[in-house]
Amino acid sequence: MANTEVSFVRTETLPPMAPPIGEQGIVKWLRENLFATPANGALTLVALYVIYVILSGSMPWIFNGVWNTSSLTECREVLDGTRGACFSVLTERWHQLIYGFKYPPDAYWRPNLTFVLMLVAIAPVLFFDLPRKMLIFTAIFPFLAYWLIWGGTIMTPIIALLGVVAGGFVYTRFVASNFAIGFFGAILAALVVWIIGGFMTPDTANENAMLQAVPSRDMGGYMLNLMLGVVCVSLSIPLGIALALGRQSDMPLIKWICVVFIEFVRGVPLITLLFVASVMLAYMFPPGTTTDLFLRVVIMITMFSAAYIAEVIRGGLAALPKGQYEAADSLGLDYPQAMRLIILPQALKISIPGIVNVAVGLFKDTTLVSVISMFDILGMIRGPILGGAAEWNGVYWELFLFACIIFFVVCYGISQYSQWLERRLATDHR
Amino acid sequence: MAEAATMQVSDEVAVTINNMNKWYGSFHVLRDINLTVNRGERIVICGPSGSGKSTLIRCINALEEHQKGSIEVDGTLLSSDLKNIDKIRSEVGMCFQHFNLFPHLTILENCTLAPIWVRKTPKKEAEEIAMHFLEKVKIPDQANKYPGQLSGGQQQRVAIARSLCMKPRIMLFDEPTSALDPEMIKEVLDTMIELAEEGMTMLCVTHEMGFARQVANRVIFMDEGQIVEQNEPEAFFNNPQSPRTQLFLSQILGH
Repeated sequence: MANTEVSFVRTETLPPMAPPIGEQGIVKWLRENLFATPANGALTLVALYVIYVILSGSMPWIFNGVWNTSSLTECREVLDGTRGACFSVLTERWHQLIYGFKYPPDAYWRPNLTFVLMLVAIAPVLFFDLPRKMLIFTAIFPFLAYWLIWGGTIMTPIIALLGVVAGGFVYTRFVASNFAIGFFGAILAALVVWIIGGFMTPDTANENAMLQAVPSRDMGGYMLNLMLGVVCVSLSIPLGIALALGRQSDMPLIKWICVVFIEFVRGVPLITLLFVASVMLAYMFPPGTTTDLFLRVVIMITMFSAAYIAEVIRGGLAALPKGQYEAADSLGLDYPQAMRLIILPQALKISIPGIVNVAVGLFKDTTLVSVISMFDILGMIRGPILGGAAEWNGVYWELFLFACIIFFVVCYGISQYSQWLERRLATDHR
Repeated sequence: MAEAATMQVSDEVAVTINNMNKWYGSFHVLRDINLTVNRGERIVICGPSGSGKSTLIRCINALEEHQKGSIEVDGTLLSSDLKNIDKIRSEVGMCFQHFNLFPHLTILENCTLAPIWVRKTPKKEAEEIAMHFLEKVKIPDQANKYPGQLSGGQQQRVAIARSLCMKPRIMLFDEPTSALDPEMIKEVLDTMIELAEEGMTMLCVTHEMGFARQVANRVIFMDEGQIVEQNEPEAFFNNPQSPRTQLFLSQILGH
């Protein structure tokens, strides 16, 4: 084509070509990412040196570790002045770290079984490609888990389950005609079943039960952290959704109750709430009733994280275009249908990173119960293991490293799951 | 127009709006609107932006509340009773400027959702109905894709199909082609024309004057929240009476 010509018509499409040889492969990657400029190269070398220093300090300590002595002094004799970790504290005290120091050793299978069943129960909730029928087991699991861990008479979980079933029956029966009758009728039905069941259960039922009863104060170790974490996360997500929707409500009373609750709980440190749970909450229950410390702590942590989750979900709701609400309305969907089918699936998807953030934070915050003298894994390390007898006094690094690792495993798992979930739900193709 | 004449309009009344007034705070958006729409009528509403035309049709399915006067749709009086509102909304289909498809559901699920949950249609039957209407808007092959994978014109046609799946007796269109590329406007308008030819009662806010000429029985011009002029399309375009209408038409048809 001559320069003077203005008109131009392409008659054939140019074929695609491979990039130049210097612009591909590992050499290109190194040059672009590690040694792009002299300053960049210097930083790479400094970073490599720092990694070397850390590894050269920690690796011998870990690999020279001692795993089979019965006290710190014995361990030091074996090490004989060389650098090494005393991991034997873990092998000797692992059951205290996992189950606490009072849980009956011959019943360790019960929490173990519960843990395995929990994975089965939680699977259909987390992975919704699994058959929906598995959710039936998920519904039964809380009662089964209570019976396995706390033991005692099987009547307690059965009556609890019956109460929930009765409530559910009343709700589905009446909710179509009137929501209030359905909702409050369900609560009433459940209470009636529980009270009648409570009278029918003999006081001595716990003594000759199939599973030995274990009181809450005997629970401890990492088991306690997991129990608190799982119970509080699974309670606070629905409560958080309810609070977020309540905060958006057109009904001023509901709206203000939710706003006051959220703002109050968010404005108070969790430790304060836990102290309230351990010392003061008893005053708020009817006189004469003793409420389990575990239950009181669950209530407080749930309230705390529900307030945070509510705000995260409110962000998700606010991010949805108004058109989604209008489209749902214009098709004649009523409020519960619009929320359940259109609004919440999208708002929750947007909120996943925030909810996971709160869930991970909540799980780590369960270690705070060690301040109100519950012996979770940190309570066990600081109390009976380090402070009790003299044999392991001073083994800080190994114990806290262990605590870090088992928390990291769970939290990293949650984080990986949430990333998978986000990819799985990405249907908007933006 | 010849074509319009062949489309029959019955004497039966579909929508009656009587002295309807609406305020946003103290701002008077709709003033004394009186409008009767017969079954099978196709009405095009035009006017400058902010004239209240979208607000008017959004009042008909209660997406906006009116404060004074009455609106009667298909014999049901619009009141604050939620049961009445849901009943009217299930009889009145609506298409939006920005389509408002549900991005987390497939095209087919978008179309079957309301029939299944509102009409309690069995899933299989709802899917058959949905496929029927997707064929009608000529995109049955996209049924299992997500809205984000479709072009704007295709999305708007899905939105029309989604409304039709509820077997509405009245369709409202709120600037259905304003967010589309010129190439895609025609495919949406063709769908709407086809719908009009089948005798659907339609209220359409649009600036597509060619569409208005071809299918409308009546063109309504609104300004400052009032109906300024209404007439048959031929007379409306060729012989506008009000100076405001003349100015408007000269501006949009001028180039």
